[in-house]
Amino acid sequence: MIQARELSKRFGKVQAVDALSFDVLPGRVTGFLGPNGAGKSTTMRLILGLDLPTGGYVAINGRRYGELHRPLTEVGAVLEVRAVHGGRSAYNHLLCLAQSNGIGPRRVAEVLDVVGLSSAARRRAGTFSLGMSQRLGLAAALLGDPPVLLCDEPVNGLDPEGILWIRTLLRSLAAEGRTVFVSSHLMSEMALTADHLIVVGQGRLIADASTAEIVARSSANYVRVRSPQSSRLGALLHESGAVVRAHEGALDVTGADCAAVGDLAARHGIAIHELSSQAASLEAAFMELTRDSTDFRAEVA
Amino acid sequence: MNFADVLRSEWTKLRSVRSTYWTGLIAVLATIGICVIVCVKWADDIRKSPGDTLDPTLASLNGIFLAQVAVGALGVMVISSEYGTGMIRATFGAVPQRRAVLAAKGLVFVGATLVIGEILSFAAFGIGQAILSGAHAGASLGQPQVLRAVAGGGLYLAAVGLLGFGIGALVRHTAGALSTFFGVLFALTALADLLPASWRNDVMPYMPVNAGTQIFAVQRVHDSLAPWTGLGVLCLYAVAAITAATVLITRRDA
Repeated sequence: MIQARELSKRFGKVQAVDALSFDVLPGRVTGFLGPNGAGKSTTMRLILGLDLPTGGYVAINGRRYGELHRPLTEVGAVLEVRAVHGGRSAYNHLLCLAQSNGIGPRRVAEVLDVVGLSSAARRRAGTFSLGMSQRLGLAAALLGDPPVLLCDEPVNGLDPEGILWIRTLLRSLAAEGRTVFVSSHLMSEMALTADHLIVVGQGRLIADASTAEIVARSSANYVRVRSPQSSRLGALLHESGAVVRAHEGALDVTGADCAAVGDLAARHGIAIHELSSQAASLEAAFMELTRDSTDFRAEVA
Repeated sequence: MNFADVLRSEWTKLRSVRSTYWTGLIAVLATIGICVIVCVKWADDIRKSPGDTLDPTLASLNGIFLAQVAVGALGVMVISSEYGTGMIRATFGAVPQRRAVLAAKGLVFVGATLVIGEILSFAAFGIGQAILSGAHAGASLGQPQVLRAVAGGGLYLAAVGLLGFGIGALVRHTAGALSTFFGVLFALTALADLLPASWRNDVMPYMPVNAGTQIFAVQRVHDSLAPWTGLGVLCLYAVAAITAATVLITRRDA
């Protein structure tokens, strides 16, 4: 379990992480979602003690990262890809990390097997493709068989097969009761992988809820109604305070649910050919949540 | 954190990259190659004019002046390459006690440098004296100060390696750290040379190379520091860099 409380990080004038408080619970995949520049990677580095917070704290199973005795056996992390000395073989890269935590070479061979890199173990990591580098990073994270796993943008640069593989792996690790915390700027990916979402924008917490709840809560949910008397129905709905938009011969209504629209039509004797509630995609929900917080850092720079 | 585990890890890192072997090879070629060239020439000179005095031990160890460049550069790179590749974040993720990482890395590197440096120094002495003895100008380890000077050759290489390591840990970027290292090692001396004569003579013996190399000279040159004092001064430069790096390493984001 990961607990962040009022976690903050400022780089000069940029408030990268702004008083973030959240819990990441075991047994499920928690997605850490936000646009580029929202502070996801910085938060990950703060959790791992690589960056020092300018305020607040973050703890793993009740302890700060620096207090962990053998960190690899408690937390596995995949941060940026290719955080590897390109001249070192995959095997030696994993071996030196394993040795620092008292983990033996047998485990190195095991994790190479888990990620499917056994045949490339003696190759220099600098010659690896992006997908292989991701697998190597994941192998390093799994060395200590840790109960907590952090992955920063794990599907970046992977082919569809690799994406499916990592999604399945993360879900099975969570099903084993581990805490899995995965950042991404791809809502579609998170919709498939994450049970729970922590959404950030400009370093601030925007939402912390189950994936299903975030979709349900979105005002991008609407009611679609088709009627031969659509202009009259539209006017009535508008009078009742709903927002109505004509779309491909139907009316898209927000601010009223199916029951309200149906009752209104019945009261005025209006025939209805279709009445359905339309769920927003996570993508739409996300765009709505982060609309005001997208960081236009490029303009500042 | 178990320090022995961290040492083992750092040893794996050092022996598993090619740059270690390349710089080692350059150090061997430089030390032995220059030893042979210098000693053959001096043996020839002595045969022509037997009255000349020279320091036969220092003659055989002349290659260390070139080998130090490779050793110091490797010292820079064992730490700066971790920052350059991002490996440092994996390292600190595995061992959050950053000062322990720095200590283990420094110990492993300096230990390896010392062993190689001593082997090279004694090998160069043996080869050089074999050449010089043809002109009846060879020294032997039994003569006063000679053993200290030959052992000092290895110590000097380890001290220069430590200076490179300290600067690498402090500057963190390979290019910047290499420039700083060569600046401290050579450019500082060139700048000191521009000082007014009275200051210059006071300052020059304390320049890193001038001070440190006294440890592998048998004959003491006028105005130079005593051998162990000189080596101590060189080590102070290294200690200063490492101390600064140690203070900063827990305050900077990795």
